[in-house]
Amino acid sequence: MKLKKLSAPALLLLPAFVVLAAVIVLPLLFSFYSSFTPFRLTKPETLWVFVGLRNYVTVLSNAEFWVAFGRTVLLLTVALNAEMLLGLGLALLVNKATHGQRLLRTAMMFPMMFSPVLVGFQFKFLFNDNIGFVNNALQSLGLTDQAIPWLIDGNLALLSIIIAEVWSSTAVFAILILAGLLAMPKDPVEAAHVDGCTPWQTFRYVTWPYLMPFAFIAMTIRSLDVARAYDIVKIMTDGGPAKRTELLWTLVGRTAYADARMGLANAMAYVAILLSIVFTVYFFRKLAAARQQIGAEW
Amino acid sequence: MAPVTLRKLVKRYGALEVVHGIDLEVKDREFIALVGPSGCGKSTTLRMIAGLEDVSDGAIEIGGHKVNDLPPRARNISMVFQSYALYPHMTVAENMGFSLKIAGRKPDEIKARVDEAAAILDLGHLLERRPSQLSGGQRQRVAMGRAIVRQPDVFLFDEPLSNLDAKLRTQVRTEIKKLHARMQATMIYVTHDQVEAMTLSDRIVIMRDGYIEQVGTPEEVFQRPATKFVAGFIGSPPMNMDEVIVENGALVFASGIRLPIPPRFAKSLRPGQKVTFGLRPDDIYPSGHGLHAGDPAAVHEIELPVSITEPLGNETLVFIQFNGRDWVSRMLNPRPLASGEKVRMSFDLSRAHLFDIDTGKALEG
Repeated sequence: MKLKKLSAPALLLLPAFVVLAAVIVLPLLFSFYSSFTPFRLTKPETLWVFVGLRNYVTVLSNAEFWVAFGRTVLLLTVALNAEMLLGLGLALLVNKATHGQRLLRTAMMFPMMFSPVLVGFQFKFLFNDNIGFVNNALQSLGLTDQAIPWLIDGNLALLSIIIAEVWSSTAVFAILILAGLLAMPKDPVEAAHVDGCTPWQTFRYVTWPYLMPFAFIAMTIRSLDVARAYDIVKIMTDGGPAKRTELLWTLVGRTAYADARMGLANAMAYVAILLSIVFTVYFFRKLAAARQQIGAEW
Repeated sequence: MAPVTLRKLVKRYGALEVVHGIDLEVKDREFIALVGPSGCGKSTTLRMIAGLEDVSDGAIEIGGHKVNDLPPRARNISMVFQSYALYPHMTVAENMGFSLKIAGRKPDEIKARVDEAAAILDLGHLLERRPSQLSGGQRQRVAMGRAIVRQPDVFLFDEPLSNLDAKLRTQVRTEIKKLHARMQATMIYVTHDQVEAMTLSDRIVIMRDGYIEQVGTPEEVFQRPATKFVAGFIGSPPMNMDEVIVENGALVFASGIRLPIPPRFAKSLRPGQKVTFGLRPDDIYPSGHGLHAGDPAAVHEIELPVSITEPLGNETLVFIQFNGRDWVSRMLNPRPLASGEKVRMSFDLSRAHLFDIDTGKALEG
């Protein structure tokens, strides 16, 4: 009887809401609840013990967590900036291409077609100190006679991961910035030439302000990606050596499944999500400002 | 001092040649308009002068120096674009002062020159706005302001009024004319609108299919069009034209209508010769409702039926049936005419134009 009172649109949307609630909202609420319990997978009954903010206190006072947090921010900063610069360069080059631009655009997207797990395996092989392609190439070219321990040295390992990240995702920047370049009106650029700008000044004062919103869109998308960087790291180093490449999400994964401390891991995850939100909000604001600056009508 | 000279200027896109070796001398401080229909090469020529297109062959000289291989920034020119081409992320003041900032001028000087230009163009109250907050007419004035501030040797205008509505177009046109009087700079103005060309320029260059058809003052190109194309292009409504055969002292139209040979052509025409006869709407009028050029003997009267009329208030355009088509005539001090009504029309043959039927060149009387 009550169903009849629902309007047709509500009724039609209901299944979607039910599915969403079942697969997203309920697990989310459940995980949020469990972050206030000492829940361990091995001791199901601990799910019903409420410990208030104890997990959060543990997380926030845990040096290991803060190190992973800082390393994640470092990775984000380095990877996003490198991706943006490379993507910008690629986009500018492809935009200059007079022949085969479509082909180049397609080729540029290849890295995006690989699953991050595959990228991880691929770079794990490339950077292998014994049989890896990178060492092999360096030695063949006579640049070194050493076997550089790419994935074993702590600093080099993080660098290797960043390289893998950059390889797989520069295309996101390149594609979006290229879209900006293609949509850009030609006249202001010509006006700048007439106004006395060198090619660099034209880019600096006219082209770049126009492209900024596109770069920030890519930044926003990528900040969500990198802040949950897991697959590539998991495959390449699994947080090692000696936790020197431990990022937030590998730490959360290890705490949850290896240590079986689900409650604590959930608390970590919620703190980590804050990081994502902060980055996203930051880039959205930049995006809005940049859009307003160029008087964008989209 | 910046005369602009084009020598045998050619533009090719691959195998396609769009400007075929044109020669033109623009004097210092002259206002010259390039007019012609779409695709006649006028914009391409302007963009070559600006340095935005490469020169395929020939030479461009500004102030006596060949500039073919100089980038636009080294030519000391300003250009006003059809789409305004303002920098969307800069305020009006920043847009106008941008070229000076690039040139490394001091902020005080930039401000002074921007304020001066803003005063000329009545933009003072808009200096802090962004282009997106301006109307079309205001944007176009900012674009002109940006050009003025540079104090260039040569101003280039690429159809600057095309995106404005009719009323604004007249206003901005006046401003451009005042600007020329004030700046005393060489100006080259591209338009497809012959009214703009006539009202603004010292001389008009009429282009067609990559060639120059005629160069002359507005009066010259109107009174003495060098070709049939110019005659049809300049003047609104356009000149009435049709083919005639010369016979026994008369011009005979296909329908059999005969007009006496205009006095100034009496000696040069041969019997049997085919020519194109042209007469402007101003030189055909219902008898008593127009002005003849001064020789009453050259006015020939025929009774013709009215097709339709277009009253404009101070005058009426009367379309009359002549030789199987509608010819336009301009009726001064108009009185109402009904469709189909037969009216005595005066043809002022002292003003007639004759063109060679093959080459389209005007015949000299």
